Amino acid sequence: MAAVIIVILFAALIGRLAFLQIYQHDLYRTLSLNNQVRIVPIVPKRGLIFDRQGILIAENIPIFSLEITPERTPNIENTLSEIHAIMPITNSERHQFSKQLKYKRRDEGIPIRVRLTEQEVAKFSLEKHRLPGVDIAAHLIRYYPLGESFAHALGYVGPISQKDLLEIDQAAYRGTNFIGKVGVEKSYEAILHGKTGYQHIETDAKGRTIRVLNRIPPKPGANLHLSLDSHLQLSAFKALEGLKGAIVAIEPETGAVLALISKPSFDPNLFAEGIDVKTYRSLQNSSERPLFNRAIKGQYPPGSTIKPLVALKVLELGAVNPDFKIFDPGWYQLNHTGRLYRDWIFFSKRHGHGWVDMEKAIAQSCDTYFFTLANKLGVENLHNIYSRFGLGKATDIDLVGEASGLSPSAAWKKRVYNEAWYPGDTLNIGIGQGTLLATPLQMAQVAATLANRGHRFVPHLVSAIDTHHNDQPIETLPQEIPPVIIKNPDHWKLVINAMKNVVHMPGGTAYRISHGIKYQVAGKTGTAQVFNLKQNEKYEVNKVKAHLRDHSWFIAFAPIENPKIAVAVIVENKHSKTGADIARVVLDSYFNLKPQETTLDTSGEDETEVGGAEHSE
Amino acid sequence: MFSKPRLLSTKIHLDWPLLIGIICVSLLGLIILYSAKPESDVIERQLLRLLIASALMIAIAQVPPRMFKSIAPGLYCFALILLMSVLIIGHVSKGAQRWLDLWFVRFQPAELMKIAVPMLIARYLDNSLLPPKALTLLIPLGLILLPTLLIAKQPDLGTALLILSSGLLVIFFSGVSWQFVVSLAATVGFSVPLLWFLMRDYQRQRIMILFNPESDPLGTGYHIIQSKIAIGSGGLFGKGWLNGSQSHLEFLPERTTDFIFAVFSEEFGLVGCLILLALYLCIIIRGLYISAQAQDTFSRLLAGSLIMTLFVYVFVNIGMVTGVLPVVGIPLPLVSYGGTSLVTLMASFGILMSIHTHRSLLPK
Repeated sequence: MAAVIIVILFAALIGRLAFLQIYQHDLYRTLSLNNQVRIVPIVPKRGLIFDRQGILIAENIPIFSLEITPERTPNIENTLSEIHAIMPITNSERHQFSKQLKYKRRDEGIPIRVRLTEQEVAKFSLEKHRLPGVDIAAHLIRYYPLGESFAHALGYVGPISQKDLLEIDQAAYRGTNFIGKVGVEKSYEAILHGKTGYQHIETDAKGRTIRVLNRIPPKPGANLHLSLDSHLQLSAFKALEGLKGAIVAIEPETGAVLALISKPSFDPNLFAEGIDVKTYRSLQNSSERPLFNRAIKGQYPPGSTIKPLVALKVLELGAVNPDFKIFDPGWYQLNHTGRLYRDWIFFSKRHGHGWVDMEKAIAQSCDTYFFTLANKLGVENLHNIYSRFGLGKATDIDLVGEASGLSPSAAWKKRVYNEAWYPGDTLNIGIGQGTLLATPLQMAQVAATLANRGHRFVPHLVSAIDTHHNDQPIETLPQEIPPVIIKNPDHWKLVINAMKNVVHMPGGTAYRISHGIKYQVAGKTGTAQVFNLKQNEKYEVNKVKAHLRDHSWFIAFAPIENPKIAVAVIVENKHSKTGADIARVVLDSYFNLKPQETTLDTSGEDETEVGGAEHSE
Repeated sequence: MFSKPRLLSTKIHLDWPLLIGIICVSLLGLIILYSAKPESDVIERQLLRLLIASALMIAIAQVPPRMFKSIAPGLYCFALILLMSVLIIGHVSKGAQRWLDLWFVRFQPAELMKIAVPMLIARYLDNSLLPPKALTLLIPLGLILLPTLLIAKQPDLGTALLILSSGLLVIFFSGVSWQFVVSLAATVGFSVPLLWFLMRDYQRQRIMILFNPESDPLGTGYHIIQSKIAIGSGGLFGKGWLNGSQSHLEFLPERTTDFIFAVFSEEFGLVGCLILLALYLCIIIRGLYISAQAQDTFSRLLAGSLIMTLFVYVFVNIGMVTGVLPVVGIPLPLVSYGGTSLVTLMASFGILMSIHTHRSLLPK
């Protein structure tokens, strides 16, 4: 039985072989004689990236590189030393080459030097005939004209690694050397890359091209139009000059990201050229962490910036009246013998805020008042309002690697630390310290949500995609997510008015930035504690090591009615310039850009600048 | 019977017809391997592997078949544990997780499964009434599908297919009813469109390329196009040893491993192919004879399955290289360059020899 099946199937194979080797023999013989037809991939052009004004922020520029095709090279070591004699090869170039040699296809060129000068091209062309398998290839490489300032938003492309190979269709990437590694370049890799074309090239027995037989052209990658505004991005980047921190600005009506900065930064063009190991190590090991995208990955306690959220929750529950007052002696005590929870003002002035109501408590950022509210609310109510504003959950922005922050609850502490939740923990997260964590992006979204009186959108960087099919790029629609519903509009009014007083009323914690301001801002300052003081210990800037100093937060939106921009700023390790100062520069830059959309009198520009970030106090 | 002089080959439990077939095919393999890659040391390495694998074959031939039967469940469990650890800590090799770094070799647990699955299924069916009922087959089917799916996930479609067929072949040899075969085929037939429906677009595209490689000339299609040119241009008598232009001009990828049959056909033509196929046929017929002569059900099922798996190897590899079957990555047994599958193959020949030479020679 089995034998019969075997014989039948073997007969079928023999039939197939006879068909190919006898019936179609002539056809294949001709093909094999002329075969010398090679299929060569044609790399598609990577999609371009524009900002919202149509300024090109990621383009492709032509370069020449020297490549070795292992399959056509008799002895790679000899060839390498021959090339070395013509033009010296560095160790890191050799290292990059041997790394790629291990996993790339043997019939594909592997670059040994990525950027040849014109002299090198000329010099090598003379020697080429001696070195089979070695070619000069013209490539397009990625170029980021605005360099460092866009590095964290755009990301960069780099040589395809072994890890990347697992995630891609290798056939679709034949001939392509670079791939998006982080940022927009990574999250939109699938459409930026395009579709590889190929051509049949007839060659002679030695592999020299005779003619191109047919050509399936590649399809270029889609062009992206970002919502980022280059001018705003550049001035925001400049405002953080010499500082560590992050800025995220969002258009509240749509969730479109207007600026996204993380400092310190790096030159993404280094990666696009194939960064050498030494430079990469130094970037990676730098204590300043320039490769770390603080805007979406940095998780900090949001500090007092969340006080408006606590106030909204108290009002929503009706736990106290809006005119609820306390007398603040400068500290709060859970019970009469227990630990003193000090107000920040006590450390410098040795007294409290005196009588405070809710508006004043927000405007002057009174900790004692919010300790009182937090204790009334309890951890679950705080967890509820923070989560409704999106803390503890990734925003789903179109960038990879976003951190989700943390909105703690009693259940969470039990699960992770197996410890009970203490009333003191509630006080801490009530003023945005302790285990509560948020990214600058999340805080920008909080600002946008306050600006929208509850409406929320997924933040996004790409506003339109041009796939070359139509004349018009396809706009990406704003994606609305469940809003924060506060039934009584007066509650929004009260909180936003208090945030206005933060900036515009004497005594407000950011009053110093209001000098000469031409628009109305609602804002909130905050301080993220880096380390905890002992009981009664005084925080003195000069005594604390620089990297342990507190971080300065500011969230804001403007104008107050019909807001156009919401922004979150964090400046690490307290500095004479605070988050609020930086935010003022960003907002000024935004409104100067678009005078027609505001009622600004632009003649006052100079005065605005003086009154802004630089001089106050 | 006792008066008959015991030959050396009987003492060391060799089966001459099988051994001669193996030697002939291996020699042809070395000859063509030399042509496929003359400049490097592949010949020495392949020869060394053949010798080591043969030693293993002889060693296994000394083991009486009842031993195989008793170790079958243990071997299966051991291979299953290794297989899962590959998925977890496996070394990433060419984008697929197949290897496990042992002390001295990189080892593919899937290879062990190729032996363990037919052994276990043969043991299971030996202990139950034959021919088996459809319901008793549910457990062996599960035992086959579990490693098959694990290996397909690695992803190594070729080996998964071989393990699936080795297990199903045991069931087939146990004499299942035609109704069962038909209903199994029907189940597969119905589940295919369902799977298709559940798949994502890009997965469907992958499958389409599997069946129509020419649509993907930058990927596997390139192999098929070049391999067909090599075979077809070989003609009746071939271009002669070392004269295959396709292979020597480096148009043919994977020419020492999965596509070595194309090099062979180009240089030795249809006549050469017929000789090679005849040699394979001899080995297979001898194997089936051993199976038919076996004295217990376990041995009969195991021998039948092992030899038919060899046939599946040959058929799928040649079918794939000639462009009638999808490219799944199955080597040509004894000819393709490579260590692990060779060792498994020789081990199964060892088992066949053991089965044949350990028969108690009872007068009938």
